[in-house]
Amino acid sequence: MTALAHVPTSTGQPPGPPPPPRRGRHRLLPYLLLLPGAAWLLLFFAVPLFQLAAASLYDPSGSLATGYALTWAFGNYPDVLQAYWPQFARSFGYAGIALVLALLMGYPLAYAIAQKAGRWKNLLLVCVVAPMFTSFLVRTLAWKTILSDNGALVGLLRDVHLLGPDGRLLATPIAVILGLTYNFLPFLVLPLYASLERLDHRLLEAAGDLYASPVQTFRRVTLPLSMPGLIAGTLLFFIPATGDYINAELLGTPNEYMIGNVIDSAFLVRLDYPQGAALSFLLMAAILAVVFGYLRRAGTEEVL
Amino acid sequence: MRFSRWLADRWVMGVALLVLGYLSLPIAVVAALSFNRPSSRLSYDFNEFTLDNWRQPCATSDMCDSVLRSVQIGFISTVVATVLGTLMAFALVRHRFTGRSGINLLIFLPMATPELVMGTSLLALFVSAGVPQGFWTVVIAHVMFCVSFVVVTVKARLAGMDRRLEEAAADLYAGPWQTFRLVTLPLVLPGIVAAALLAFSLSFDDFIITNFNAGTTVTFPMYVWGAAQRGIPPQVNVIGTAMFVIALLLVGLTSLRGRRSRRAALPVAPTAGRPVTSATGRRAKSPS
Repeated sequence: MTALAHVPTSTGQPPGPPPPPRRGRHRLLPYLLLLPGAAWLLLFFAVPLFQLAAASLYDPSGSLATGYALTWAFGNYPDVLQAYWPQFARSFGYAGIALVLALLMGYPLAYAIAQKAGRWKNLLLVCVVAPMFTSFLVRTLAWKTILSDNGALVGLLRDVHLLGPDGRLLATPIAVILGLTYNFLPFLVLPLYASLERLDHRLLEAAGDLYASPVQTFRRVTLPLSMPGLIAGTLLFFIPATGDYINAELLGTPNEYMIGNVIDSAFLVRLDYPQGAALSFLLMAAILAVVFGYLRRAGTEEVL
Repeated sequence: MRFSRWLADRWVMGVALLVLGYLSLPIAVVAALSFNRPSSRLSYDFNEFTLDNWRQPCATSDMCDSVLRSVQIGFISTVVATVLGTLMAFALVRHRFTGRSGINLLIFLPMATPELVMGTSLLALFVSAGVPQGFWTVVIAHVMFCVSFVVVTVKARLAGMDRRLEEAAADLYAGPWQTFRLVTLPLVLPGIVAAALLAFSLSFDDFIITNFNAGTTVTFPMYVWGAAQRGIPPQVNVIGTAMFVIALLLVGLTSLRGRRSRRAALPVAPTAGRPVTSATGRRAKSPS
């Protein structure tokens, strides 16, 4: 509080017409304001990334008890890739399928709230974020009840023969993908909504007046104008979904394990730090590659 | 013909409502299960109605300990992250300085990095520095990932603020401190409160980063994770439902207050207010 109080004191100007962009009288002040937060982020976000990189190059024959030696063991990377490529592929595969599902569900939802909801807009928005009001893990466990072998959903699907008499949903890839879609859908919908909300309705009417079919209007007006939100939402969905392992653990079996499960057990169960660090770093590199590749195609401008 | 036009008009809304149903279903299940007496420890199916779980939410005492610990961690992390983040937001909106893009990157990156990477890298740091993991390493981690969200939230509020109000205060002989206390702070406060609520909910609900840095400290999400292997006590759903209700009440209250203060502000605002908000709205878009 007291620190905040200095803000206007030092930038405060004498009465009279001030220059709109203030040149800080105290040139040090912005740095003082930034210092604690930036130091925290440097020390506990940036430095650890280097530590992780170092740990991924430790001699894999060391252990937590005997200590690790940094031997620049680049061989760790091909080793873990060879051992765990199925989990890697699964992470990106599941997250990709979930993303497609989420787009199919999220776009109409965001569009309806932004353009069609009228005075119900705020209420519907609250409904979108409402799942996040309760615990992620408790919500995910609720899917165990919904998809349970004795549940109504499985019973129905068996009755209409979409599932065989012993068919299951729980402990299958379907459950994991459904869980991923559910858990990260709000992150996709919110930025998309923000974009679509700014969409001028008159543009859609103009397109209609000019004999565009609804499909054409969507493709040539709505979709391009919602691109910034679509890109931001896609990234906000895809990044956490790829790194998630809670859904795979709670709704799947080891056959559905994603790379996060492997990293979790490398660090916390097997205590194999070089392997865990190499996997973690590979995950980040892979996600960054996908993200930048995607941004290059989609146009970067409005995302950062 | 008429029906198909009606359908064309409505199908988007229909799909939207279905999707909202999909989003809400698990919450309804959590609420229902909070009144369930499970048939066995590992059963997730609805068995029998009971009020016992709500009467004795702390029947399994470890769970209530973990909730308490999550609240403590959430509270400390929120206070620290909100102060640090608000200071940074003021610096970014109100000042020109070299190194801005570097700072922006430092703030943006934690939001774009998978939690798994942040959690494991902090673990690597703490282990190599010989820091014992526990309550305080969790707080450090939570502050780290909450700060960015606080900066973004407060920045948005600050950027949309009408600077002429502060100038008017100065013209009316308010000192800098008075201007800050009577004009700036009340105008920014909703942003700071929103940021603090966001930080608390992020901290309270975090599992992945916490899991790597908690040592033997057990937060509520970690308790649920551990219990999922041994059998979930039904009281977990009581906590889940209570969290939901409390958050919903908070949202309801803030939106009510917002509506009232907007109404109260109306007589002053209309002539000067309109063009400014649209101008700042446009400006706020460009740096994002």
